[in-house]
Amino acid sequence: MSSSTYPADLSQDGHGVSNGIAVRSRGGPASKRIIVGYGFWIFLLSDIVMFSAFFAVYAVLSGATAGGPSGRQLFDLRNVAVETGCLLLSSFACGMASIGAMQRSLKTFQIAMAVTFVLGALFLALELQEFAGLIARGAGPRRSAFLSAFFSLVGCHGLHVTVGLLWLLTMMAQAWAKGFRDDILRRILCFSLFWHALDIIWVAVFTVVYLLGAAT
Amino acid sequence: MTNNDTPLGPNAAPRLDLDHAPGEVGALDENPRAAVIGYIVGLALAIGLTAGSFLLPLTGLVYAPALPVALVVMAIAQMGVHLVFFLHITTGPDNANNVLALAFGVLIVILLMGGSLWIMANLNHDMPAAAQVIQMQR
Repeated sequence: MSSSTYPADLSQDGHGVSNGIAVRSRGGPASKRIIVGYGFWIFLLSDIVMFSAFFAVYAVLSGATAGGPSGRQLFDLRNVAVETGCLLLSSFACGMASIGAMQRSLKTFQIAMAVTFVLGALFLALELQEFAGLIARGAGPRRSAFLSAFFSLVGCHGLHVTVGLLWLLTMMAQAWAKGFRDDILRRILCFSLFWHALDIIWVAVFTVVYLLGAAT
Repeated sequence: MTNNDTPLGPNAAPRLDLDHAPGEVGALDENPRAAVIGYIVGLALAIGLTAGSFLLPLTGLVYAPALPVALVVMAIAQMGVHLVFFLHITTGPDNANNVLALAFGVLIVILLMGGSLWIMANLNHDMPAAAQVIQMQR
């Protein structure tokens, strides 16, 4: 078995092994890695559906400022651009970590995960700083329906990033303590899906909330 | 399992598996250099689209009322870049289940957001202004 092959989870769970063409025609249950990845993909899509409800609320309420400040007056696009850069590079580093895991290289994996964590934490720090600044200026979630929707939507994304950072540290610890076991590799796959999906949601956030909010 | 004693052994990779887990770098390009290049291409495209989104309102190149449409189009393009290069969702036959699930998710998202905006815009439109309500109550 070469070092760059996929996880060897097929023979353990009793599912079909499909190494050869003869087996392929027989079909049968997919490998556990595929089932786990697919299940997590379904979860992520339902998470995106939940986010779309928050987006719908924000879009409906974005004009309801109740005489308070509007997005154009509040948003600092330079800060948002830095946040976006952090999250994008963090997503890239996460991709490097999954390549490290694929190659069973603990060093590559841990370094890339550490970079992912630092960039994600930087994103979160900038977001919390922005929130604190808004609240200090009297533009907290209680000021208007617009700001309630803003804090719910962006805060929900920030909460996901927080959970993702905790999960990231867990994966670093598990890879270090248990090595690249099949179950650990499946968790790493799910984590990288989660982290990339958060970046996709952030694309929608910076466009709908910040850029459209500042432009209109 | 009789096919555990294939030449590659029971622990060999499922190279010819019919399905493809989402987020999995394709079995054909398990060459790590090709995988890294894929991520770099995705990163470059994403940076380009992000920079475009942030700079477009400043340049004034786009007719101002069309700016929201341009921004939304670039955001959708960037989401596509992320899906293809980072999440490895492709149109290949081994990815059909992932794409179908994604299509269903997108359908629900469009219905939810489009429906909410449509209904709320109509409600606002049909609602008499506060001054009119006061007038009616007299």
